[in-house]
Amino acid sequence: MNKLVVVGTSTGGLNALQALLPALPQKFSCAVVVVQHRGKEPGSRLREFLQRSSLLPISEPEDKEPILPGHVYLAPRDYHLLVEPGNFALSTEAPVYFARPSIDVLFESAADAYGENVVGVVLTGANGDGARGLARIKQAGGLTVVEEPTTAQAPEMPEAAIAATKVDRVLPLSEIGLFLNDLCHRDHEVN
Amino acid sequence: MSERGVQAAGEGLEDIEVGLLLEGVYRYYGADFRDYAPASLKRRVREAMQREGLESISALQAKILHDTACLERFLALLSINVTSMFRDPSFYLAFRTKVAPLLRTYPFVRVWHAGCSTGEEVYSMAILLHEEGLYPRCRIYATDMNPEVLRRAREGIFPLASMQDYTVNYMRAGGKSFFSDYYTAQYDHVIFNPALKANLLFSEHNLVTDGSFNEFHVILCRNVMIYFNKTLQRRVHNLIYESLVMFGIFGVGNKESLRFTLREHEYDELDAENRLYRKVR
Repeated sequence: MNKLVVVGTSTGGLNALQALLPALPQKFSCAVVVVQHRGKEPGSRLREFLQRSSLLPISEPEDKEPILPGHVYLAPRDYHLLVEPGNFALSTEAPVYFARPSIDVLFESAADAYGENVVGVVLTGANGDGARGLARIKQAGGLTVVEEPTTAQAPEMPEAAIAATKVDRVLPLSEIGLFLNDLCHRDHEVN
Repeated sequence: MSERGVQAAGEGLEDIEVGLLLEGVYRYYGADFRDYAPASLKRRVREAMQREGLESISALQAKILHDTACLERFLALLSINVTSMFRDPSFYLAFRTKVAPLLRTYPFVRVWHAGCSTGEEVYSMAILLHEEGLYPRCRIYATDMNPEVLRRAREGIFPLASMQDYTVNYMRAGGKSFFSDYYTAQYDHVIFNPALKANLLFSEHNLVTDGSFNEFHVILCRNVMIYFNKTLQRRVHNLIYESLVMFGIFGVGNKESLRFTLREHEYDELDAENRLYRKVR
């Protein structure tokens, strides 16, 4: 059974994602969903920017779009991105801790919909978003991964996540891509 | 997901509790949220539970069914959405350049703004139509299911602090005047000019339970159906299709599309990027 990988990052996230995404090969068999904190102004070309580092196609999902393995999905600006069994859902509810998209909102919905098949990843960031969501993923039986705070451009977000739950893996940024690759690949072989 | 996809978690106790709560609210009060999109609905149910200081959704159900004040708070939490003036300026710019010329060919134009919330986008459209010289021949029917947000929409009073953002949006939307010409500031609020309200008609309408009430040349339903599940979306798409004149215009939010609906082939894309469609069959 394939996994759903959810990734949250804020300050320093562009560099971190540029390092993480190239490690995911074309045959990567999981779906990856990314929340990068971003402003609500149009025209950031974030998707195009990240696509240059990724072998997998990156898109900003539309409401009710099906979730497909081997794709990277980027939360669009000014919306919360949630997952439901089989598809995405969007929301314009109020920002959560000043963030829309919010990492907690994505993570909590992923834990609800996919339980033990979720892999939650918290990368660099200068606030506490993602900590609550990661705890929920852990509680629902999913796997939790946090970037080693000393390798993070902004350590607050990894530290908050580590404080909020008993994290399964704390890894330097350079190893997270390989770890995910290994995890999904191994997972695929077994089935 | 496909067969190769991720296995969704089974129905947990919480899902059952949410289902029972919604069923109870529908059967006892007639308010139907059973076909709302589950993920955001569940978030708001949990929030209601926390705000009421309760330990479980079952306890929330009991309180809502026995205490109408609690029901009112619950309904307000479920229906209030965040909106802004000229949200997604490029949508309004596209409306100005591509839709306004079409509307000039009609002697009279009926616009339905479905799910208008507190009215920010309704006043935005009134300003745009005014600047295009169309407003005197337009009537905008602005509807929402929530009487409280309609009351605020009718007032046309908004926080002064938002005007800076809205001015930027207005200019990006191709605004032809000074945005501040349209309102009067008083203390920390502004009130929009009464002339803008002349052809606005605010009324209660619930997309879930109410039917079509007129035939329209333009229907805007932006970021409303994202809160519905696919079954309810299909029903509302039918309602909208049936309420549009042939060659009528349909506008949705910029992350919504007709791609996953059955009505896709009955519309042409007037502006794909800005989600403006035209009914052609």
